Amino acid sequence: MEYMPEFSVVRPATVAEAVAMRAADPEARFVAGGTDLVPNIRRGIVAPAKVIDLNGLEEIRKIESVDGGLRIGAAVTLAELIEDGRLRADYTGIVEAAGAVAATSHRQVGTVGGNLCLDTRCLFYNQSEWWRRSNDYCLKSRGDVCHVAPKGDHCFAAFSGDLAPALMVLGAAAEIASPSGGRIIPLTGMYQDDGLAYLLLGADEMLVAVRVPAPADGFKTGYAKSRVRGAIDFPLAGVAVGLRRDADAVVDLSVALTGTNSMPLMIEGTDALTGAPPDDAMLARLDGLVRDRIQPMSSTFSPPGYRRRVVAKLTRSLIRRLYREG
Amino acid sequence: MAKSILSLVLNGRRRDDAVADNMLLIDYLREVAGLTGTKMGCDGGECGACTVLVDDRPRLSCISLAYTVAGRRVETIEGARRGGRISRLQRAFHEKLGSQCGYCTPGMIMASEGLLRRNPTPSDDEIRQGLSGNICRCTGYVKIIESVLSAADGSVP
Ligand SMILES: Cc1cc2nc3c(=O)[nH]c(=O)nc-3n(C[C@H](O)[C@H](O)[C@H](O)COP(=O)(O)OP(=O)(O)OC[C@H]3O[C@@H](n4cnc5c(N)ncnc54)[C@H](O)[C@@H]3O)c2cc1C
Ligand code: SF4
Ligand code: FES
Ligand code: FES
Repeated sequence: MEYMPEFSVVRPATVAEAVAMRAADPEARFVAGGTDLVPNIRRGIVAPAKVIDLNGLEEIRKIESVDGGLRIGAAVTLAELIEDGRLRADYTGIVEAAGAVAATSHRQVGTVGGNLCLDTRCLFYNQSEWWRRSNDYCLKSRGDVCHVAPKGDHCFAAFSGDLAPALMVLGAAAEIASPSGGRIIPLTGMYQDDGLAYLLLGADEMLVAVRVPAPADGFKTGYAKSRVRGAIDFPLAGVAVGLRRDADAVVDLSVALTGTNSMPLMIEGTDALTGAPPDDAMLARLDGLVRDRIQPMSSTFSPPGYRRRVVAKLTRSLIRRLYREG
Repeated sequence: MAKSILSLVLNGRRRDDAVADNMLLIDYLREVAGLTGTKMGCDGGECGACTVLVDDRPRLSCISLAYTVAGRRVETIEGARRGGRISRLQRAFHEKLGSQCGYCTPGMIMASEGLLRRNPTPSDDEIRQGLSGNICRCTGYVKIIESVLSAADGSVP
């Protein structure tokens, strides 16, 4: 029998019940597909005494068409997302990103909410109990030194979910519930660049859905990532692009990244690059905008310099592809 | 430790067992139901050796909690036999040498079975996609892909 720490599971039937349970016990953890939380529990990285299972919340298990756009429930699985005809037609970038998450078997249960709230990752953190113990643990869990940047008191574990950037380039919003009501914020506002506290969600808050506006006519989206194990792996870096072409110019451009910082990043200032084709001059200016924002650290086996170069390459080739298709 | 009654259909038979909230599906299958064909190859979600089918879809039993399959149909390698004979996929893995040490094979066969139920005539690429979560340290995969292709095109008796 595998070692499993003890915990009990509660199964709320409504969002209101789920957030009330969390408010009553802020140490409890939500679980949806469990493809992130269960391995972390098995490795002793987290040890919640209580787990709140979100799979019984029918209200967040559907994809609805709202105001011309989509409202995607947090407990919708990645497999359901990929198979949805509406997404396949108009939200290609989301489908490409969801299809690049782990493997078929993970995607049957892994959810949108779990992917957006995915714990940040680091080679000193996502390890077995004995591996971490023999390394004196680290700042993010039970230790007091960061092995990536030992002089500081900051954790640089990387946000590694594939979906977030694909949703961000479409201007998605996060619908958040709490016992005192709810709020809707831009998805970009749900994160901060801190490996320990990467989510700006209160202890009694839960992500219930993402709202994705309909893309403007001709706005094309795509996603590309680089990974160590080609068949299945977290992104060393991932790039989502949204682009509209008119004649020989890019007239709309959004770029968002994952895997490079402790949060997914929306690159600001891309508007200033429009009105020209994606030639070397334009791409070089974009490289500059990206370079200023990203901060890959030695939190993966591939060195930060490699991840910097890979971001630039991925972004360039994805923009060229969407421009050709557009 | 909190427990609940797990009622499911396991390899075609209805069962009811009391399981602890923290019990993994793989431990339920191997230790409670005594079905040791499902293998554990890693410490969580990386290798696919533990793949079983839940309502026809592949699921990693090492990162699934047992209670989550309540009311579902679960199939393991022990349920693959049809009419007293090993299944077409099992014969294909045997004939085409898709199995060497055999440790990954139960997971490979269940993942392939799930794939063929969704897509009875997969291309080479679709097979690679469908098996992307399954690691094999022996065959080099070529023989595994041949096995699935030949099970799909019926060239295996
Ligand atoms: C081998 C392997 C490879 C993987 N590769 C990738 C990859 O390439 N890309 C990738 O993005 N992911 C990858 N994953 C991680 C994971 O499978 C996916 O990110 C998946 O979408 C997580 O969803 P889940 O429902 O299973 O999350 P869970 O494990 O259920 O939850 C993840 C976290 O989110 C919290 N949470 C869940 N739902 C909510 C909610 N509604 N509100 C607030 N908090 C919530 C949980 O408390 C937990 O902390 C991989 C996992 C494994 C094991
Ligand atoms: S960045 Fe530092 S503190 Fe954060 S997980 Fe890695 S080693 Fe630990
Ligand atoms: S044992 Fe389940 S994926 Fe390795
Ligand atoms: S046959 Fe040995 S691991 Fe696949």
